[in-house]
Amino acid sequence: MTVSILHRVSGDGLAIVGACMFLWWLGALASGPDAYAAFVACVWNDPAGGAFHQVTNILGKIVLVGLTWAFFQHLFSGLRHLVLDTGAGYELKTNKLWSTVVMISGVLATAATWLYILAGAL
Amino acid sequence: MGNGTHLGKVRGLGSSGHGSQHWLQQRLTALANILLVGFLFVSLVRLPLGDHAAVLRWAANPTVALALMLMVVSVFWHLRLGLTVLIEDYAHGEAARLFALVVLNFYAIGGAAFGLFAIARIAFGGGAPA
Repeated sequence: MTVSILHRVSGDGLAIVGACMFLWWLGALASGPDAYAAFVACVWNDPAGGAFHQVTNILGKIVLVGLTWAFFQHLFSGLRHLVLDTGAGYELKTNKLWSTVVMISGVLATAATWLYILAGAL
Repeated sequence: MGNGTHLGKVRGLGSSGHGSQHWLQQRLTALANILLVGFLFVSLVRLPLGDHAAVLRWAANPTVALALMLMVVSVFWHLRLGLTVLIEDYAHGEAARLFALVVLNFYAIGGAAFGLFAIARIAFGGGAPA
């Protein structure tokens, strides 16, 4: 049941927060270097500093980590649903096993992604 | 709503008859999303995202621009289906539900159009020079 609720939560998070972040990034990219720099300064890192951007940079990173988790959770959970659509995997033990695998994989993939990003940043 | 007969009270409140279409479209866009969003995800992790010129060069590549356009269509189609179910499950009352569905459709179609237009600007070189 948890994994089903998480499928909806992660999907709706991606649909609203994820899609808006993507469009913001894409719009900034198309609008030129200044707009793009303003986006990066707001979400990730502002070389000029400033208290407001220090707060939004922290929020931006929390949102990005959250979106990474939502992406993997929804992806793995969605794959599980595609398998369930074939009529397979409804036995109690099998179902419980793959639900657990989905949730653990979502967290591990998120951790692996950010370790990779942070290792590159150092 | 109806003329007071039993039939009149239930007419128009049943299945819309589009369930299997919704179900199939959700799965087809899900499969497309695995490929297209997977491509975006790998690209985002590997790109130097702080470098506007480099990211612009990547996005202006015709193959990448085409993949991004397909992704925008597939993602916004998929999210429209998903959020429709969310609204149908949680928005109670006809007026609230109708309003939420109108807002959702404006968001899904407007967002997709915004995304496609931005990619077109980048791909056709109309974007601000790097």
